Amino acid sequence: MKQIYLILQREFSTRVRKKSFIIMTLLTPIFFAAMMVLPSYFATMEDTEARSIAVIDNTGNYGESIPQTEYLKFTYIANTQADQVKNSLEESGYYALLAIDSTSDKITPKLTIYSQKQPSIDVISHIENSLEKEIETRKLKSYNIENLDKILDDVKTEVKLRSIKVTKDGEEKESNTLITMGIAYVLSFLMYMMVLLMGNQIMQGVIEEKNNRVIEVVISSIKPINLMLGKIFGLASVSLLQIFIWVILTFGLATVGISFITEKGQKANMEQVQAAQSMMAQQGMDANNITANMEQAEGDNFLTALKNQNFALIIGGFIFYFLAGFLLYAALYAAVGSAVENITDTQQLVLPITLPLILAIFVMISGIKSPDGPLAFWFSMIPFTSPVVMLTRLPFGVPAWQLALSASLLVITFIVVTIFAAKIYRVGILMYGKKYSWAEMWKWMRYKN
Amino acid sequence: MNLLEANGIEKRYSSHLALDDVSVMVPKGSIYGLLGPNGAGKTTLIRIINQITGPDKGEVLFDGRKLNANDIYRIGYLPEERGLYKKMKVGEQALFLSQLKGLSRNEAMKRLKFWFEKFEIQGWWDKKIEELSKGMAQKVQFMVTVIHEPELLIFDEPFSGFDPINAQLIKDEILELKKKGTTIIFSTHNMSTVEDLCDHITLINKSKNILSGQIDEVRMNYGSNIFEVGYRGNYDAIASNLGGMFEIINNNIENAVPKLQVKVANPAESNKLLQSIIPHAEVVSFNPVVPSVHDIFIKVVGEYNKAHGLSNN
Repeated sequence: MKQIYLILQREFSTRVRKKSFIIMTLLTPIFFAAMMVLPSYFATMEDTEARSIAVIDNTGNYGESIPQTEYLKFTYIANTQADQVKNSLEESGYYALLAIDSTSDKITPKLTIYSQKQPSIDVISHIENSLEKEIETRKLKSYNIENLDKILDDVKTEVKLRSIKVTKDGEEKESNTLITMGIAYVLSFLMYMMVLLMGNQIMQGVIEEKNNRVIEVVISSIKPINLMLGKIFGLASVSLLQIFIWVILTFGLATVGISFITEKGQKANMEQVQAAQSMMAQQGMDANNITANMEQAEGDNFLTALKNQNFALIIGGFIFYFLAGFLLYAALYAAVGSAVENITDTQQLVLPITLPLILAIFVMISGIKSPDGPLAFWFSMIPFTSPVVMLTRLPFGVPAWQLALSASLLVITFIVVTIFAAKIYRVGILMYGKKYSWAEMWKWMRYKN
Repeated sequence: MNLLEANGIEKRYSSHLALDDVSVMVPKGSIYGLLGPNGAGKTTLIRIINQITGPDKGEVLFDGRKLNANDIYRIGYLPEERGLYKKMKVGEQALFLSQLKGLSRNEAMKRLKFWFEKFEIQGWWDKKIEELSKGMAQKVQFMVTVIHEPELLIFDEPFSGFDPINAQLIKDEILELKKKGTTIIFSTHNMSTVEDLCDHITLINKSKNILSGQIDEVRMNYGSNIFEVGYRGNYDAIASNLGGMFEIINNNIENAVPKLQVKVANPAESNKLLQSIIPHAEVVSFNPVVPSVHDIFIKVVGEYNKAHGLSNN
């Protein structure tokens, strides 16, 4: 045990001090945080370039029905100027020319926009939306309904589905499918990524020891299986440390980033809210309360849903499946590393190891939509895919017997695989210049002692 | 008394028999030479003694009882295929390997300090192995092999990679270890060091132990029927009077003295040989010709392979 610990310690301390480890550990959270923050940052960015658009209203019906915004000015010009403006948009200081022509049905006009550059989506949707609304209102009005405004206000509806998980004991918990899916994705991807990354590192480490010829020095003081286990546990602890730092840093950075953005966003919001308030105040409504209440409720739902995730189970499950799955795959990678003398020779031997992992990722992607379906169920039982697929299912809630079955199958498999991998490893590390193949390794497996 | 006994060791790798009924007795406090051509099975035997691999048949006794897992702390092994972690610092690495051999961290530190001073390499502690020359790395390697003061040391080609000065340093170190009572098993192709250092030898060829014994006895056994005679006088006179009893195999002049090498049928007839020369010439020297270990090696292996219809490869 002491020797396994010594190996673990060596692996841990040499790897943690490597430049590549430090860079990976620090850069990855920046990347992840950026992925979380940037979309909302871009969303808050508005097109702030002031543009003026010339409008020729050939129907004569739509004067002033497109509202001006801070950045978009609409200038109505006379019909006669049309051709002149169209051909010299830039010189006349216009961004585009909008032509409104009547059609046979009289109500829906034909709209055409002329511009030198492709007009931005904001411009187009602003024009379309405001005219659509205008036309809808006009159409409604053409039915001559009494109290139309009141009716319209009355029919405005917004539906929100609150999802609540009920446990067997009748306990109710607020849940959020999106959050659950997000957690499931992150967990299983981390698993997949770390096994691939660290598996390769173990393999490289073994090959390095073999090429350095340090292996026989070490092996005369420690049993090969203990050396292998020490290495695997060492790498596992390196990975756990790395994940831990990633999670903390990512959330830290993301929180800082998002609060920075929302602060900026809130200022803009405040102005709008104030404008709305002053308008509503004239109508004698207590606007302040309404908006505040609405936002409060929304945020609370999100937080309770997040809090209601069974984090003890998820973290515990992650650590268990991570370690067990890692040990299973790392032992195989170590065995492959022992059989070759060069990293380029590993490709054909590694393929059978990576196949189940890739399969697991495919199952994960489709299984995340129906975490209790037969596909996800079976692959969360099969030991070579269960570390990834079970982590996908875990946040959605998994019956205890399934967890127990999958976990014990995984543990049994990793013990059996480790024993066989150790046998290959034991022979392989002292073998130079031999032809390597799975067939050759099968022979090694049956050597005594 | 024997510190190590291997009795009837057999080891088979799928179709290849690596060791066939090999026995060696290593007396306590001796330097024991393990000789043999490449691929004879020496390394396999050494690995069995180090418990890196196990024998299919036979047993290894250490200090009078069956070898067990804890004995690795009492054995030091310098393999032929040796190296160190290139990216690791010398000090850290030495500490790690010493601890693997069962030393506590403090004890390892203390002893390493001693050895670093002894080899005058204090400045290397924070250097990486890849910054050292091959010979320097070998020094570190030697140090971590003996750091836990084992009772049995096994050196496989210990001098490869050393320049003559450092080779001498290591040789002296080995002799000093012997003086302290350490038993040493020594595998090499360098026959002159075998003659310098070893008390006993075993010659392994084609998986079998074909020659074992005290080095002087072995040499005497293989060489006591040739005598070298330094003389002053007429060669023809000697040659014509030796009759059919003795065979002159060589005659040349060495250091201004003519010397004859004469083969006798029976070592006990050396007096007779002298008697038949003395009347015809002045004898100035008379020595038995003891063959070198190198000659014995080639002769024994060659004869064995011939007798068993085997090639020399």
